[in-house]
Amino acid sequence: MSKIRSHIMVCGGTGCVSSSSEEIISSLKSELKKNGYDKEIKVVKTGCFGFCGQGPIVKIHPDNVFYVKVKPEDAKEIIEEQIIKGRKVERLLYSEPVTDIKLDEYSKMNFYKKQYRIALRNCGLINPEDINEYIAFNGYEALGKVLTEMTQDDVIKVIKDSGLRGRGGGGFPTGLKWEFTKRSINDQKYIICNADEGDPGAFMDRSILEGDPHSVLEAMAIGAYAIGANHGVIYIRAEYPLAIHRLEIALKQARELGLLGNNIFSSDFNFDIEIKFGAGAFVCGEETALIHSVEGCRGEPTKKPPYPAESGYNGKPTCVNNVETFANITSIINKGSKWFSSIGTEKSKGTKVFALAGKVNNVGLVEVPMGTTLREIIYDIGGGITDDKDFKAVQTGGPSGGVITKADLDTPIDYESLKSIGSMMGSGGMIVMDEDNCMVNIAKFYLEFTQDESCGKCTPCRVGTKRMYEILDRITNGEGVPEDIDKLIELGNMIKDTALCGLGQTAPNPVLSTLHYFREEYEAHINDKKCFTGTCKALAKYSIDPEKCIGCTACARKCPVDCISGSPKEVHVIDQDKCIACGACYDACKFDAVIKP
Amino acid sequence: MAIKSLDELRKIREASAKKVNLRETGNSSEDIIEVLIGMATCGIAAGARETLNTFIDEIDKKDIKNIRVIQVGCMGYCHSEPTVQVNIPGNSPVLYGNVDEKMAIDIIEKHILNNELLDENILIKTFEKA
Ligand SMILES: Cc1cc2nc3c(=O)[nH]c(=O)nc-3n(C[C@H](O)[C@H](O)[C@H](O)COP(=O)(O)O)c2cc1C
Ligand code: SF4
Ligand code: SF4
Ligand code: SF4
Ligand code: FES
Repeated sequence: MSKIRSHIMVCGGTGCVSSSSEEIISSLKSELKKNGYDKEIKVVKTGCFGFCGQGPIVKIHPDNVFYVKVKPEDAKEIIEEQIIKGRKVERLLYSEPVTDIKLDEYSKMNFYKKQYRIALRNCGLINPEDINEYIAFNGYEALGKVLTEMTQDDVIKVIKDSGLRGRGGGGFPTGLKWEFTKRSINDQKYIICNADEGDPGAFMDRSILEGDPHSVLEAMAIGAYAIGANHGVIYIRAEYPLAIHRLEIALKQARELGLLGNNIFSSDFNFDIEIKFGAGAFVCGEETALIHSVEGCRGEPTKKPPYPAESGYNGKPTCVNNVETFANITSIINKGSKWFSSIGTEKSKGTKVFALAGKVNNVGLVEVPMGTTLREIIYDIGGGITDDKDFKAVQTGGPSGGVITKADLDTPIDYESLKSIGSMMGSGGMIVMDEDNCMVNIAKFYLEFTQDESCGKCTPCRVGTKRMYEILDRITNGEGVPEDIDKLIELGNMIKDTALCGLGQTAPNPVLSTLHYFREEYEAHINDKKCFTGTCKALAKYSIDPEKCIGCTACARKCPVDCISGSPKEVHVIDQDKCIACGACYDACKFDAVIKP
Repeated sequence: MAIKSLDELRKIREASAKKVNLRETGNSSEDIIEVLIGMATCGIAAGARETLNTFIDEIDKKDIKNIRVIQVGCMGYCHSEPTVQVNIPGNSPVLYGNVDEKMAIDIIEKHILNNELLDENILIKTFEKA
């Protein structure tokens, strides 16, 4: 039966699929066939390896060779060299950004060395469309154990003792939430998986669902048993077609094996899951809005209490948990609460997955123990800032969070420490910014997002975020006035105090935190009409250094609005009133004479 | 077919585990036996592919765990192809020459399962792990 001697794993995550991993798979298969090796070598489509910035990824077992940035036309060489002759294809190996050393095994790469994978344990290791592969790596053992050996309270106790807290942003202790929902007595209860993932730039939840959907289904069943529910809902945004497709396959296979349905593991526990689609509104990730959306009503938040644990979906006790929260559950049941609580910091246990993006060399998904420092994530795992530029700040917590500066790079990451420096854990988006990023512009970007996503139900958020956005827009257009800074702070604090839901309550954070750490940048925009980074086009004024200009005329010939004057061999001058800050002169000058604003 | 008990689940797990045990999970690479097979042009011409497949078949038949068969490039002993190197953790690597299908079976039965070296076929045995 298993004459298969080698597995070629090709990443089938959304990132790699969009850079042709499907074509790589079919080329590999046809090359294998052509050479008569298709019976002994298997090509497996996996979930995301996390190393998306280097995708598409191809990993070969048992040789343990890891290829990056593979193209369909590389398939021939991989088969002819690696598979037939056992020689590595050097040019497809990853080379470490700092040392430039080529590495073949993934365990040697800095990107993977400091990671610890619990939620992502199976991503890149199994074929997510085959339940047997999930079972091969201990899948559904936890559910079996729970249903045959543990009481509801036993399960809740293990999760409570583990110290697991919600990964959806709030950080509420998961075991406690399960206990509250269990205690609400009712004939009908629900468990909901929040897969709305609205934070721009974040894709942890999507990758888990794409790479290891059964880990979430199994955990939902365990949670349902613990709280006494028999109906589950996965609320997922319709923009995640691949994750939805894999979930549907997973649900079908789990039902066929009786792991969902009636009398699971011959117990009297019945449970099944349906998928509900969201239209991709940020506010629908908020649990009360999510529940309304699942009910078919408008996705608007309502006040808490009552909490969903008492009155949620259809007015019944409901437990809402995040995808990544669920992805930790089976490991906790299998390995015990002590094991889990030995990882992390005093109050934040386990690991956290971050979507590392922005100006870092290794863009991708990383899972690290709580308490890892930002410096380790950005420099060791992330490989440092692109083009050797200077680090300026990192935004965590997405549109609800704030910036963290160089001074706090050594902060160990956990829920409390991030809060104490004016940011938050959030769902795990982590955007790295370098010296070229304008902080006013970053704040404006997030506010544009939140004011657009505000559901409009309450005034502070609906009107307040709009006003804040208008002020920021003015400042970046060079029309800011000195009172603007105080106005932003006052408005921001007012919105935080009076908005109904978490969206409004946290929307001012990016503004308040950039104001706190980079006030001088706001002042330069307002008082000197200057944007140091050149990001705010209206404020960007290019000029020419008379000491360096040799009068070669290159810039004048490139300027699209003809605002550079000067005769050959004489110093050139830019008419700043006409300059549109396109930067063409800067690129044209070979003598470093054009000064970027 | 529905899974009715943990035992049934474990049976499926064992059957499925065979299909994925090639994959390195990062857990226990320390105590894994490696069989390296030279698969350069000379090796293939001398029948290395048949040797390789014999190893795979035998390992499957005898249900040996903790073993990986890895093909490598030319090991520099083209006169004695196919060449096979056996790395058992804690022992120095052993290199065999002229390994045909019958000898592959011998290597598994004697060397890997019973720790008896096949002296007459050893090319070298004191060198660093490749
Ligand atoms: C505006 C807003 C958006 C949210 N978006 C998400 C989301 O996309 N995914 C998520 O799991 N939780 C999101 N949350 C948090 C949920 O309300 C809820 O706390 C979470 O799903 C609970 O699961 P957990 O305890 O496992 O974290 C959001 C909250 C707010 C206020
Ligand atoms: S704070 Fe904003 S998103 Fe939340 S209910 Fe009010 S208007 Fe809607
Ligand atoms: S930035 Fe563009 S518009 Fe301004 S001077 Fe240079 S080339 Fe002309
Ligand atoms: S390209 Fe540079 S050196 Fe040449 S005229 Fe322009 S500013 Fe002066
Ligand atoms: S999508 Fe392929 S590595 Fe992330």
